[in-house]
Amino acid sequence: MLDDSLYARRVSPLDGAAKPASLPGGVTVRQLKPEARFSLRVKAGAPADAAGFALDQKINSIVVRGGRWSARLGPDEWLIGGPEADAQLIAEEVEATLRDRPHSLVSVSHRNVSLEISGANAAIALNAGCPLDLSDAAFPAGSATRTLLGKCEIVLIRAGAEPSYRVEVWRSFSTYAHGFLVEAAFGLQNAA
Amino acid sequence: MLLIDCPCCGLRPETEFRCGGQAHVARPEKPVDVGDQDWSEYLFVRANPRGVHAERWIHQHGCGRWFNALRDTVSDRFVETYPMGGKPKSTTTEARA
Ligand SMILES: [Zn+2]
Repeated sequence: MLDDSLYARRVSPLDGAAKPASLPGGVTVRQLKPEARFSLRVKAGAPADAAGFALDQKINSIVVRGGRWSARLGPDEWLIGGPEADAQLIAEEVEATLRDRPHSLVSVSHRNVSLEISGANAAIALNAGCPLDLSDAAFPAGSATRTLLGKCEIVLIRAGAEPSYRVEVWRSFSTYAHGFLVEAAFGLQNAA
Repeated sequence: MLLIDCPCCGLRPETEFRCGGQAHVARPEKPVDVGDQDWSEYLFVRANPRGVHAERWIHQHGCGRWFNALRDTVSDRFVETYPMGGKPKSTTTEARA
Protein backbone atom coordinates (compact mmCIF):
# COMPACT_ATOMS: atom_id res chain seq x y z
CA MET A 1 0.00 0.00 0.00
CA LEU A 2 1.03 3.58 -0.58
CA ASP A 3 2.81 5.27 2.30
CA ASP A 4 0.25 7.79 3.49
CA SER A 5 2.77 9.79 5.43
CA LEU A 6 4.08 11.03 2.09
CA TYR A 7 0.76 12.45 0.96
CA ALA A 8 0.95 15.88 -0.56
CA ARG A 9 -0.98 18.71 1.02
CA ARG A 10 -4.52 18.72 -0.33
CA VAL A 11 -5.44 21.73 -2.41
CA SER A 12 -8.92 21.62 -3.89
CA PRO A 13 -9.42 23.29 -7.26
CA LEU A 14 -12.44 24.95 -5.69
CA ASP A 15 -10.65 26.48 -2.71
CA GLY A 16 -11.18 30.21 -2.82
CA ALA A 17 -13.43 30.04 -5.86
CA ALA A 18 -16.39 28.23 -4.34
CA LYS A 19 -17.74 29.95 -1.31
CA PRO A 20 -20.75 28.35 0.30
CA ALA A 21 -23.65 30.27 -1.09
CA SER A 22 -27.38 30.29 -0.61
CA LEU A 23 -28.86 30.67 -4.01
CA PRO A 24 -32.31 31.47 -5.39
CA GLY A 25 -34.87 28.77 -4.84
CA GLY A 26 -33.51 28.04 -1.36
CA VAL A 27 -30.73 25.89 -2.80
CA THR A 28 -27.31 25.70 -1.18
CA VAL A 29 -24.23 24.47 -3.02
CA ARG A 30 -21.07 23.89 -1.04
CA GLN A 31 -17.87 21.96 -1.16
CA LEU A 32 -17.48 19.20 1.41
CA LYS A 33 -14.25 18.75 3.28
CA PRO A 34 -11.69 16.26 1.97
CA GLU A 35 -12.33 12.62 2.78
CA ALA A 36 -10.62 9.31 2.17
CA ARG A 37 -12.19 7.43 -0.73
CA PHE A 38 -11.38 4.09 -2.26
CA SER A 39 -12.47 2.41 -5.42
CA LEU A 40 -12.85 -1.30 -4.73
CA ARG A 41 -13.21 -3.81 -7.54
CA VAL A 42 -13.85 -7.43 -6.68
CA LYS A 43 -15.94 -10.13 -8.32
CA ALA A 44 -19.18 -10.58 -6.42
CA GLY A 45 -19.38 -14.07 -5.01
CA ALA A 46 -19.02 -15.51 -1.56
CA PRO A 47 -20.37 -13.10 1.06
CA ALA A 48 -17.67 -10.94 2.50
CA ASP A 49 -17.06 -7.72 4.34
CA ALA A 50 -15.00 -4.77 3.22
CA ALA A 51 -14.13 -2.13 5.80
CA GLY A 52 -17.19 -3.16 7.80
CA PHE A 53 -19.65 -3.18 4.90
CA ALA A 54 -21.22 -6.33 3.53
CA LEU A 55 -20.45 -6.61 -0.18
CA ASP A 56 -23.94 -7.85 -1.00
CA GLN A 57 -25.63 -4.46 -0.60
CA LYS A 58 -27.96 -3.57 -3.47
CA ILE A 59 -26.43 -2.18 -6.66
CA ASN A 60 -26.83 1.62 -6.79
CA SER A 61 -27.29 1.92 -3.04
CA ILE A 62 -25.31 3.52 -0.25
CA VAL A 63 -24.84 2.33 3.32
CA VAL A 64 -23.65 4.83 5.93
CA ARG A 65 -22.22 3.64 9.23
CA GLY A 66 -20.34 5.75 11.72
CA GLY A 67 -18.33 8.20 9.68
CA ARG A 68 -17.93 5.76 6.81
CA TRP A 69 -19.98 5.00 3.76
CA SER A 70 -19.99 2.45 0.99
CA ALA A 71 -21.72 2.93 -2.36
CA ARG A 72 -22.12 -0.02 -4.70
CA LEU A 73 -21.86 1.39 -8.22
CA GLY A 74 -22.03 -1.86 -10.17
CA PRO A 75 -21.94 -5.63 -9.79
CA ASP A 76 -18.22 -5.59 -8.99
CA GLU A 77 -17.52 -1.98 -8.02
CA TRP A 78 -17.75 -0.13 -4.71
CA LEU A 79 -16.82 3.40 -3.70
CA ILE A 80 -15.87 3.44 -0.04
CA GLY A 81 -15.39 6.66 1.92
CA GLY A 82 -14.52 7.77 5.41
CA PRO A 83 -12.68 10.35 7.47
CA GLU A 84 -9.35 11.34 5.99
CA ALA A 85 -7.51 10.15 9.08
CA ASP A 86 -8.95 6.64 8.58
CA ALA A 87 -7.46 6.15 5.10
CA GLN A 88 -4.77 3.71 6.16
CA LEU A 89 -7.18 1.91 8.48
CA ILE A 90 -9.85 1.41 5.79
CA ALA A 91 -7.27 0.06 3.36
CA GLU A 92 -5.92 -2.36 5.94
CA GLU A 93 -9.38 -3.59 6.88
CA VAL A 94 -10.25 -4.29 3.25
CA GLU A 95 -6.95 -6.05 2.75
CA ALA A 96 -7.57 -8.17 5.83
CA THR A 97 -10.97 -9.51 4.72
CA LEU A 98 -10.31 -9.83 0.99
CA ARG A 99 -6.78 -11.19 1.27
CA ASP A 100 -7.69 -14.45 -0.46
CA ARG A 101 -9.70 -12.99 -3.30
CA PRO A 102 -8.37 -11.21 -6.37
CA HIS A 103 -9.35 -7.56 -5.93
CA SER A 104 -8.12 -4.07 -6.49
CA LEU A 105 -8.29 -1.24 -4.01
CA VAL A 106 -7.31 2.17 -5.32
CA SER A 107 -7.20 5.35 -3.29
CA VAL A 108 -9.13 8.00 -5.19
CA SER A 109 -9.24 10.50 -2.33
CA HIS A 110 -7.31 13.11 -4.25
CA ARG A 111 -9.06 12.46 -7.56
CA ASN A 112 -12.53 13.25 -6.25
CA VAL A 113 -14.05 16.48 -5.03
CA SER A 114 -17.31 16.32 -3.10
CA LEU A 115 -20.04 18.89 -3.54
CA GLU A 116 -23.28 19.07 -1.67
CA ILE A 117 -26.45 20.54 -3.07
CA SER A 118 -29.36 20.84 -0.70
CA GLY A 119 -32.70 22.58 -0.31
CA ALA A 120 -36.26 21.81 -1.30
CA ASN A 121 -35.50 22.53 -4.97
CA ALA A 122 -32.14 20.74 -5.09
CA ALA A 123 -33.46 17.95 -7.32
CA ILE A 124 -34.83 20.48 -9.80
CA ALA A 125 -31.43 22.19 -9.99
CA LEU A 126 -29.68 18.82 -10.47
CA ASN A 127 -32.13 17.89 -13.19
CA ALA A 128 -30.90 20.86 -15.21
CA GLY A 129 -28.04 18.57 -16.19
CA CYS A 130 -28.73 15.16 -14.72
CA PRO A 131 -31.15 13.02 -16.74
CA LEU A 132 -32.10 10.72 -13.85
CA ASP A 133 -35.56 10.59 -12.33
CA LEU A 134 -34.85 12.04 -8.86
CA SER A 135 -38.36 11.62 -7.46
CA ASP A 136 -38.66 9.86 -4.09
CA ALA A 137 -40.01 6.75 -5.80
CA ALA A 138 -37.17 6.38 -8.29
CA PHE A 139 -34.26 7.78 -6.25
CA PRO A 140 -35.12 7.28 -2.56
CA ALA A 141 -32.92 7.82 0.46
CA GLY A 142 -30.03 5.37 0.30
CA SER A 143 -29.51 5.71 -3.46
CA ALA A 144 -26.12 6.20 -5.06
CA THR A 145 -25.19 5.85 -8.70
CA ARG A 146 -22.81 6.98 -11.35
CA THR A 147 -24.53 9.27 -13.82
CA LEU A 148 -24.03 12.47 -15.80
CA LEU A 149 -24.22 16.15 -14.91
CA GLY A 150 -24.16 18.22 -18.05
CA LYS A 151 -21.03 17.07 -19.86
CA CYS A 152 -19.24 15.42 -16.97
CA GLU A 153 -19.59 12.16 -15.13
CA ILE A 154 -20.51 12.24 -11.45
CA VAL A 155 -21.48 9.88 -8.67
CA LEU A 156 -24.74 11.10 -7.21
CA ILE A 157 -25.50 10.11 -3.64
CA ARG A 158 -28.63 10.64 -1.62
CA ALA A 159 -27.94 9.27 1.85
CA GLY A 160 -30.96 10.52 3.76
CA ALA A 161 -34.58 11.41 3.11
CA GLU A 162 -33.96 15.17 3.27
CA PRO A 163 -33.43 16.87 -0.11
CA SER A 164 -29.64 16.87 0.13
CA TYR A 165 -27.44 15.32 -2.52
CA ARG A 166 -23.76 14.63 -2.57
CA VAL A 167 -22.01 14.99 -5.92
CA GLU A 168 -18.69 13.18 -6.26
CA VAL A 169 -16.85 14.56 -9.24
CA TRP A 170 -13.33 14.20 -10.63
CA ARG A 171 -11.23 17.15 -9.56
CA SER A 172 -10.53 18.39 -13.07
CA PHE A 173 -14.30 18.57 -13.70
CA SER A 174 -15.11 20.10 -10.33
CA THR A 175 -15.07 23.76 -11.35
CA TYR A 176 -17.39 22.88 -14.24
CA ALA A 177 -19.74 20.84 -12.05
CA HIS A 178 -19.81 23.49 -9.32
CA GLY A 179 -20.47 26.27 -11.81
CA PHE A 180 -23.15 24.18 -13.46
CA LEU A 181 -25.03 23.64 -10.19
CA VAL A 182 -24.78 27.30 -9.16
CA GLU A 183 -26.03 28.42 -12.54
CA ALA A 184 -28.87 25.87 -12.44
CA ALA A 185 -29.87 27.22 -9.04
CA PHE A 186 -30.01 30.75 -10.42
CA GLY A 187 -32.51 29.43 -12.94
CA LEU A 188 -34.79 28.60 -10.01
CA GLN A 189 -35.46 32.26 -9.31
CA ASN A 190 -39.02 31.89 -10.49
CA ALA A 191 -39.56 28.39 -9.12
CA ALA A 192 -39.21 29.46 -5.49
CA MET B 1 -36.05 10.77 -23.29
CA LEU B 2 -35.56 7.17 -24.35
CA LEU B 3 -35.11 4.84 -21.39
CA ILE B 4 -32.95 1.74 -21.71
CA ASP B 5 -33.42 -1.22 -19.38
CA CYS B 6 -29.93 -2.03 -18.03
CA PRO B 7 -29.87 -5.59 -16.63
CA CYS B 8 -28.08 -4.24 -13.52
CA CYS B 9 -29.72 -0.85 -12.96
CA GLY B 10 -33.16 -0.98 -14.53
CA LEU B 11 -34.59 1.82 -16.67
CA ARG B 12 -32.04 4.58 -17.20
CA PRO B 13 -31.72 7.54 -19.57
CA GLU B 14 -30.17 6.81 -22.95
CA THR B 15 -27.39 9.42 -22.60
CA GLU B 16 -25.72 7.17 -20.02
CA PHE B 17 -25.28 4.42 -22.64
CA ARG B 18 -23.03 3.76 -25.63
CA CYS B 19 -23.62 1.28 -28.42
CA GLY B 20 -20.90 -1.24 -29.24
CA GLY B 21 -22.14 -2.57 -32.56
CA GLN B 22 -23.51 -5.94 -33.55
CA ALA B 23 -23.75 -8.60 -30.85
CA HIS B 24 -22.93 -12.31 -31.00
CA VAL B 25 -20.04 -11.96 -33.46
CA ALA B 26 -17.91 -14.91 -32.36
CA ARG B 27 -14.18 -14.90 -32.98
CA PRO B 28 -13.15 -18.03 -34.93
CA GLU B 29 -11.66 -20.64 -32.61
CA LYS B 30 -8.52 -21.10 -34.71
CA PRO B 31 -7.87 -17.99 -36.81
CA VAL B 32 -5.02 -19.77 -38.55
CA ASP B 33 -7.53 -22.14 -40.19
CA VAL B 34 -9.72 -19.33 -41.49
CA GLY B 35 -9.29 -18.12 -45.04
CA ASP B 36 -8.73 -14.45 -45.91
CA GLN B 37 -12.28 -14.03 -47.13
CA ASP B 38 -13.88 -15.39 -43.95
CA TRP B 39 -11.44 -13.56 -41.71
CA SER B 40 -12.09 -10.21 -43.33
CA GLU B 41 -15.82 -10.84 -43.06
CA TYR B 42 -15.40 -11.62 -39.37
CA LEU B 43 -13.46 -8.39 -38.91
CA PHE B 44 -15.38 -5.94 -41.05
CA VAL B 45 -18.74 -7.19 -42.29
CA ARG B 46 -21.74 -6.55 -40.07
CA ALA B 47 -25.46 -6.95 -40.45
CA ASN B 48 -27.42 -3.76 -41.05
CA PRO B 49 -31.04 -4.85 -40.92
CA ARG B 50 -34.09 -2.71 -41.26
CA GLY B 51 -35.87 -4.04 -38.21
CA VAL B 52 -34.86 -5.87 -35.06
CA HIS B 53 -31.08 -5.99 -34.56
CA ALA B 54 -28.99 -7.62 -31.80
CA GLU B 55 -26.47 -5.12 -30.45
CA ARG B 56 -23.97 -4.75 -27.63
CA TRP B 57 -24.51 -1.80 -25.33
CA ILE B 58 -22.56 -0.50 -22.37
CA HIS B 59 -23.96 1.42 -19.42
CA GLN B 60 -20.93 3.71 -19.62
CA HIS B 61 -22.03 6.39 -17.17
CA GLY B 62 -23.71 3.96 -14.77
CA CYS B 63 -22.67 0.49 -13.68
CA GLY B 64 -20.10 0.30 -16.49
CA ARG B 65 -21.38 -3.08 -17.64
CA TRP B 66 -21.78 -4.45 -21.15
CA PHE B 67 -25.02 -6.17 -22.08
CA ASN B 68 -26.93 -7.19 -25.19
CA ALA B 69 -30.04 -5.60 -26.58
CA LEU B 70 -32.52 -6.20 -29.34
CA ARG B 71 -33.34 -2.86 -30.91
CA ASP B 72 -35.63 -2.01 -33.78
CA THR B 73 -33.54 0.11 -36.13
CA VAL B 74 -36.64 1.73 -37.63
CA SER B 75 -38.49 2.85 -34.51
CA ASP B 76 -35.45 2.87 -32.15
CA ARG B 77 -37.58 0.82 -29.76
CA PHE B 78 -35.70 -1.57 -27.46
CA VAL B 79 -37.41 -4.94 -27.72
CA GLU B 80 -35.45 -6.42 -24.83
CA THR B 81 -32.11 -6.35 -23.05
CA TYR B 82 -30.28 -9.37 -21.67
CA PRO B 83 -26.93 -10.06 -20.00
CA MET B 84 -23.69 -10.80 -21.84
CA GLY B 85 -23.45 -14.45 -22.77
CA GLY B 86 -27.23 -14.78 -22.63
CA LYS B 87 -29.79 -15.41 -25.33
CA PRO B 88 -32.74 -13.18 -26.17
CA LYS B 89 -36.29 -14.37 -25.57
CA SER B 90 -37.51 -12.89 -28.84
CA THR B 91 -35.88 -13.57 -32.18
CA THR B 92 -34.15 -11.00 -34.35
CA THR B 93 -36.42 -11.86 -37.25
CA GLU B 94 -39.52 -10.93 -35.29
CA ALA B 95 -41.87 -8.70 -37.26
CA ARG B 96 -41.56 -5.01 -36.53
CA ALA B 97 -43.88 -3.83 -33.80
ZN1 LIG C 1 -26.32 -0.30 -15.44
